[in-house]
Amino acid sequence: MTDFLEVKDLTMRFGGLVAVDSLSFKVAHGSIHGLIGPNGAGKTTTFNMISGFYTPTSGQVLLRGEDISGLQMHEVARRGVVRTFQHSTLFAELTVLENALVGTHMPFRPNIFAAIIGWDKEDRSGAEARAKEALEFFGLDHVMHERAGDLSHGHQRALGMAVAYASHPDVVLLDEPFTGMNPEETRQMMDLMERLKADGITILIVEHDMQAIMGLCDNITCMSFGKFLAEGGPHEIRNHPAVIEAYLGGARHVA
Amino acid sequence: MPKFLIWIAALAALIALPHGLSFSQQEILVFLTINVLLVASYRLLTLTGEWSLGHVVIMGVGAYSSALLTKKLGVYVPVSMLLGGVFAALIAVLLSFPLFRMKGFYFLIGSFAAGEIIRLLWKRFRDPFGGAKGIKGIDPMPDFSVGFYQFDFFEPTSYYYFAGVVVAVCLWILWRIEKSPVGLTFHAVHWQDKLAQASGVNVRAYRTLAFAIASGFAGISGALLAHYVGTINPNAFDIDLMVFVLTWAIVGGTATFYGPILGCVVLTVINEVVLRELGLEQMRPLIYGAIMILSILFLPNGLESIVQKFTQRRASNGAPERSPAE
Ligand SMILES: Nc1ncnc2c1ncn2[C@@H]1O[C@H](COP(=O)(O)OP(=O)(O)O)[C@@H](O)[C@H]1O
Ligand SMILES: [Mg+2]
Repeated sequence: MTDFLEVKDLTMRFGGLVAVDSLSFKVAHGSIHGLIGPNGAGKTTTFNMISGFYTPTSGQVLLRGEDISGLQMHEVARRGVVRTFQHSTLFAELTVLENALVGTHMPFRPNIFAAIIGWDKEDRSGAEARAKEALEFFGLDHVMHERAGDLSHGHQRALGMAVAYASHPDVVLLDEPFTGMNPEETRQMMDLMERLKADGITILIVEHDMQAIMGLCDNITCMSFGKFLAEGGPHEIRNHPAVIEAYLGGARHVA
Repeated sequence: MPKFLIWIAALAALIALPHGLSFSQQEILVFLTINVLLVASYRLLTLTGEWSLGHVVIMGVGAYSSALLTKKLGVYVPVSMLLGGVFAALIAVLLSFPLFRMKGFYFLIGSFAAGEIIRLLWKRFRDPFGGAKGIKGIDPMPDFSVGFYQFDFFEPTSYYYFAGVVVAVCLWILWRIEKSPVGLTFHAVHWQDKLAQASGVNVRAYRTLAFAIASGFAGISGALLAHYVGTINPNAFDIDLMVFVLTWAIVGGTATFYGPILGCVVLTVINEVVLRELGLEQMRPLIYGAIMILSILFLPNGLESIVQKFTQRRASNGAPERSPAE
């Protein structure tokens, strides 16, 4: 396994607040990598910088050795890094199938002139086949014609992932994918992620609930207050004193 | 098959229509045809979620361009109309650089300001725009014959047929765009630009594309107008007309392709038939304002929602129709 995605001294400042403070870690190709930490640790901010939603204050994001920090989100996506959002961010007014069709934008780039004349039939049916495949993969084909906004919370989260999956990504960034899912749905979703991994897709998951992803990740990076805290396999992280301290401290803080 | 017959019947009715009308009503029919294209092009822009107040000025850009191309360079009229549309689209692309730094309300105000600047330029530069008096004696569409019909463009009926064909072709293109993956991407940009971008959509490029297409067709509608009335001036494209376009779109509803067209047709008929008969023409802005407020209060999804109620009852076993009402 080679270093595929690398975050180097990444820093994000919001005014006086340092949300992410020279964070560095590496994600191996074809692995499932977890990024954990208490609420407010800076996980989502890190995601936003990797995916191009924020431009980092300093530091680099390297994809296959290329610096992609500072690119726009669609440019990052076109390099194969596709993200989901923490809250169910969907095209709520469109149908489930149409949501997935937007996900096929990259492999089947629309052409306006071909569309007017009607010379894009192959692309349209290709896009539809891919969208349906993605929906089937996430068990959403039976709700294909429903309005996305009318889906249950668990289905909405799954649809967010289906939209990302439809684009044939190399890396998917999942921001707290299990929130709002019941244990059964969570278990199913974890199986699907194993299957994505078997397909050769690299997965980076953000989660604040440490237990949820222990069984899933090959490697875990833990951060707290924007800083790197520890890294290692699930077993190491579970027993790491600094990680336990951060979570207990966080719990005390909340309570 | 019955659908096909309905289209044939509608076409026959549209062809027969001017023969039952007086001369002045025929003239209104020409303006209505042009306005249908104007409001339909406006809808394409609203697909990406932006409401512009400069659309009518962009229509004017098409009118001025086409008029000047024929007057100064002797370009053949139908060609100049097409070029008027192209020019309006190019101006829209230029305007997109400052305007698309803004969104929502700021875009609305920005587009109004941009439109007023263009109107000021028309007034300020007598050469070539003719100043406040505008351009007079614009070349009419040259007469021609298609064998079974002789086009004589001093007759409103002839111009109605000509404009009708142009508008029909334009509407067909707008419809094809809307129902294509490009149209879906416009919706995606509107409803969730972050997610669209994460799916690899260049949001800025798509907003510009919608703005340019809408402006291009508005430009063609302006050119159709210019070569019909023969004279244009900056006040023909002022905010009054823009308010009418907004009223047509809002009263008709913008969730479907036909909504704004329906609004334009119904309000024009009310305006010309009812108000003129009652001699209330002077109160047109007041009455339009009242209609707009009433329709927002009592018909928030526009006239199209009434049509949908009837058509959906008939086709209730088909795939559910989406109605992305605001
Ligand atoms: N756009 C922003 N502007 C200002 N502060 C922000 C912004 N986004 C996040 N923060 C702050 O940065 C810190 C990290 O937030 P976040 O990355 O969302 O944490 P996590 O996802 O780990 O819960 C928090 O203190 C949060 O308030
Ligand atoms: Mg977060």
